[in-house]
Amino acid sequence: MKDIEYRCVDAARGGLMFLRAVPGVGLGERVRVVDSHGQERTGQVIRATEELLLVQVFEGTDHLNPEETWVRFLGEPFHITLAPGILGRVFNGIGQPRDQRPELLSNLRRNVNGSPVNPAARAYPREFIETGVSAIDGLNSLVRGQKLPIFSGSGLPHNELAAQIVRQARLPGEESDFAIVFAAMGMSHNEARFFEENFEASGVLGKVAMFINLADDPVIERLILPRTALTAAEYLAFDRDMHVLVVITDMTQYASALREVATAKGDVPSRKGYPGYLYSDLAEIYERAGRIKARHGSITMVPVVSMPSDDITHPIPDLTGYITEGQIVLSRELHNQGVYPPINIPPSLSRLMKDGIGKDHTREDHPRVASQIYASYARALEVRNLASIIGAEELSSSDQQYLDFGSSFEARFVGQGAEEGRSIGQTLDLCWELLSQLPRQELTRVSEADLARYYVSEREEAPAA
Amino acid sequence: MQGRITELNGPIVTAELPGIATGEQVHLGALGIVGEVIARERDEAIIQAYESTESLCPGDTVEALGHPLSVELGPGLLGQIFDGIQRPLEKLFSRHGDKLPRGDNEPGLARERGWAFEPNPALKEGQHVAGGAQLGTVPETETIEHRILVPPGIEGELLEIAPAGSYNIENVIAHVRDTHGDIHELQLFHRWPVRHARPYKQRDNAVAPLLTGQRILDTFFPLLKGGKGAVPGPFGAGKTMVQQQIARWADADIVIYVGCGERGNELVDILETFPNLTDPHTGRSLMERTLLIANTSNMPVVAREASIYVGVTLAEYYRDQGYDVVMVADSTSRWAEALREVGGRLGEMPVEEGYPAYLASRLAAFYERAGRVETLGDRRGSVTLIGAVSPPGGDFSEPVTAHTKDIVETFWALSKPLADARHYPAVDWTDSFSGYAAVAARWWKEEISPDWESTRAEALALLSQADELTRIVNLVGPEALSPAQRWALEGASLVKQGVLQQSALDPVDSYCDPHKQVALLQAVLKLYDTGRELLSHGIPVQELLRQPLLAEARRLKGLESKDDADPIADFDSRAENSLAELRGQYLRQQEGSA
Ligand SMILES: Nc1ncnc2c1ncn2[C@@H]1O[C@H](COP(=O)(O)OP(=O)(O)OP(=O)(O)O)[C@@H](O)[C@H]1O
Ligand SMILES: [Mg+2]
Repeated sequence: MKDIEYRCVDAARGGLMFLRAVPGVGLGERVRVVDSHGQERTGQVIRATEELLLVQVFEGTDHLNPEETWVRFLGEPFHITLAPGILGRVFNGIGQPRDQRPELLSNLRRNVNGSPVNPAARAYPREFIETGVSAIDGLNSLVRGQKLPIFSGSGLPHNELAAQIVRQARLPGEESDFAIVFAAMGMSHNEARFFEENFEASGVLGKVAMFINLADDPVIERLILPRTALTAAEYLAFDRDMHVLVVITDMTQYASALREVATAKGDVPSRKGYPGYLYSDLAEIYERAGRIKARHGSITMVPVVSMPSDDITHPIPDLTGYITEGQIVLSRELHNQGVYPPINIPPSLSRLMKDGIGKDHTREDHPRVASQIYASYARALEVRNLASIIGAEELSSSDQQYLDFGSSFEARFVGQGAEEGRSIGQTLDLCWELLSQLPRQELTRVSEADLARYYVSEREEAPAA
Repeated sequence: MQGRITELNGPIVTAELPGIATGEQVHLGALGIVGEVIARERDEAIIQAYESTESLCPGDTVEALGHPLSVELGPGLLGQIFDGIQRPLEKLFSRHGDKLPRGDNEPGLARERGWAFEPNPALKEGQHVAGGAQLGTVPETETIEHRILVPPGIEGELLEIAPAGSYNIENVIAHVRDTHGDIHELQLFHRWPVRHARPYKQRDNAVAPLLTGQRILDTFFPLLKGGKGAVPGPFGAGKTMVQQQIARWADADIVIYVGCGERGNELVDILETFPNLTDPHTGRSLMERTLLIANTSNMPVVAREASIYVGVTLAEYYRDQGYDVVMVADSTSRWAEALREVGGRLGEMPVEEGYPAYLASRLAAFYERAGRVETLGDRRGSVTLIGAVSPPGGDFSEPVTAHTKDIVETFWALSKPLADARHYPAVDWTDSFSGYAAVAARWWKEEISPDWESTRAEALALLSQADELTRIVNLVGPEALSPAQRWALEGASLVKQGVLQQSALDPVDSYCDPHKQVALLQAVLKLYDTGRELLSHGIPVQELLRQPLLAEARRLKGLESKDDADPIADFDSRAENSLAELRGQYLRQQEGSA
């Protein structure tokens, strides 16, 4: 059947082709489509009855003439070819080279949909990654095998932050040993160039596999691109024992493509027109991050999710937050004040931080000092809010101190700039320096022993007379 | 019975299968993918598949299995991790490696293992037995004696019972002849259809609180053994942490943790940590009383719906043996979404946000399986159900949260602002409620402290007064408050930081026993009350706010009490002395100046 071409297309619209059924064609099967100009496209069977097949075409269905379109069924689901040579290469969403270099040669081919990982096969992630970014390392630590998205908005510097993480991420005291899988959907040519130049400048280009779908590339290809990229990441991590950092941007583009196809298929919409299965669909992608028992490698995932109109309750960031192991939220307000990276601390969270920090990982006081910073900064924001109502001069002297703490925390701790990479020790020392602006008895989330060791009281600072 | 697939639409498969009953299980295609018939229209059966349907073709065969979705009940359940239809995941891992296979229908219970069966000495051959009668026992773990009961529905004369010895679960250990003369061979295990609640003699009142060691839960919004509770909250607010804390510390005999559409790593966390944690009530490894069911978010959606029923059926089975069982389900929203997905693909009319009309009744029927009962064998046992709810956008008015709120008696509402300030557990004292407080009060009064009710009421009143005062401050500034009101704000802050906040990660404070819960709250309130009295003597509120005692009170919860030292009592007496001294000083000063 692989060798037979059929002319069985009844209709084509919205990226979908309706075919008269061909016996023996299975759900998920890959289809090669040749249009009247001899151009090839790739599709996949997404619904099958005894009379009819529904095929989604990754290159879209523009300029398709059903009467003059030939299809061939390849007898297998979607596979990509894998070899160590994927590093340093650029592919499109279905794994074809986009860098004018030859196709990969290898006997190893894998189904891009994969099967779900057996939960009993997972190993719990606990190795602290130093990103050099204080707001992440100190307060929302990333560990190997975690999925930690960046929630952003249009015009905010999520690309810069993602590039900075790629450039700086390492285990404390070690050289970076990450391979990088970069998956881009709906990205502009400029942004793509930004990343390429960045990878080149930091000397990692040879360790990056890129899967690119640009803003003017077919929309439906975005549905398969993250799956292709993650199949490559799994190969690098679990066959080739590498630690892989996967940057996926932008998941909102992915979800829009999903909505487009779902609407064309007539699926029942739930919130904002997205199909009810958006949660499970996103989870299939995000849950491919992690560690596996008795395997050396790992997949750490940093997806970028842009929040339409900066709304964190929009279905895409919302469902993402329900699946990932925390989130780094960017703030337009901080960005407008010139703070880089503009990480909004209160809504940011790393759920895997608890097992990756402290004694044996970072420093013994880390969990408590992080919790103290969160509490004190929350108080500072309350006071700032109060000051905006009653005027700063009306504040008590202790509230005044909180106000000052809040400003220097944002300026010095969060706003570290794009060039500086800080060690975790420097980050924690800075936490204490800032907390020491507050009265000692206010710091009840740290222990007396921590205070004795790290709190810098004014008296000690004054030169001995 | 065999049939033929006619249509494939994601997990929904249509097949020509005349005469099949709804609810019956089927195997699809050559791989034998498991599915369940959910509807019949003439000769067509509509089937939901529990595994991916990739590569199935129209025309492939369907084989009916002749029974509904059932679980195996017998020794060997505890300490295991199963998928949503009770396949043993550890065994699949050792057989197939990292990824889940399709069509491997390994049964839930291990066949090869031998169990030391001890027959019930009170039973005589020839005696009449019925469902629930105890045939004997098997030591399933060091702490849990597995009681082998006559399955519900079987009744008659006990012809024969096996002597003490080692048996595997398929060995026949008793013969019973029913009134029709049919002879039933009873094994160490039996099967039960998961969508049918297991029968009991009658419902009983729940009387004892489920102690979780979490102050905001036990003291403020108690749940009873046999009760139904829910934990709603936006992402990251701490639903899973609350449920894991309950799984760790609750004074239940058996804990069933259902990971329904959530993260794989959360289950691994339990698998890796529980074996090394000790149950504070028995001193044994926690894993000996725990059982996990995992349908993580990347596993097939349809099995998510089944996983909840598999879990509650296992819970009822241990309840029937006379145990107090707690089942936590994380998250019931994913279960509801699975219903919605199947409903949508069947073209059912959605009512609210795409959910089918039967959402509310399904939820209610599920929670009805909670309860404390008198079992068929005249034991007392209970199933406590605790469901996490994950409202889209954190909006509690959405259908799953709203219906759940109407059904449960204990509602632990998690708040995003509290979680953002890292106030954990982020249980909101205004939006949460417990309909069990009056019953719990009786227990606390008798067992722990005669003043429990008034202490709790005082704390709740102080918290709500402070919320009101905060609103005023935010309108007109702190200067508008009287000294007593400023002290009330400080008192509430002491309660929040010193009592309500309880880090699951703190080695000392992760679990707080009931005596400490009461002592801590009383110590903090006494400090507040004494301060109030000092204010009435004219001592300035600034003077009180300067006291180092306040910082100490906030740290008190984390101090370890040893045999010879009780930090709370110690603090209490020091606070009393130093406040008395302050008052003395002040009164002398006033006399001096007068
Ligand atoms: N009692 C607690 N003590 C300490 N930390 C807590 C506590 N509760 C929650 N946290 C912190 O909050 C994080 C998020 O909690 P959790 O994973 O339970 O949220 P959730 O409500 O289940 O979110 P989701 O709906 O996305 O699953 C935890 O990883 C932990 O860091
Ligand atoms: Mg959770």
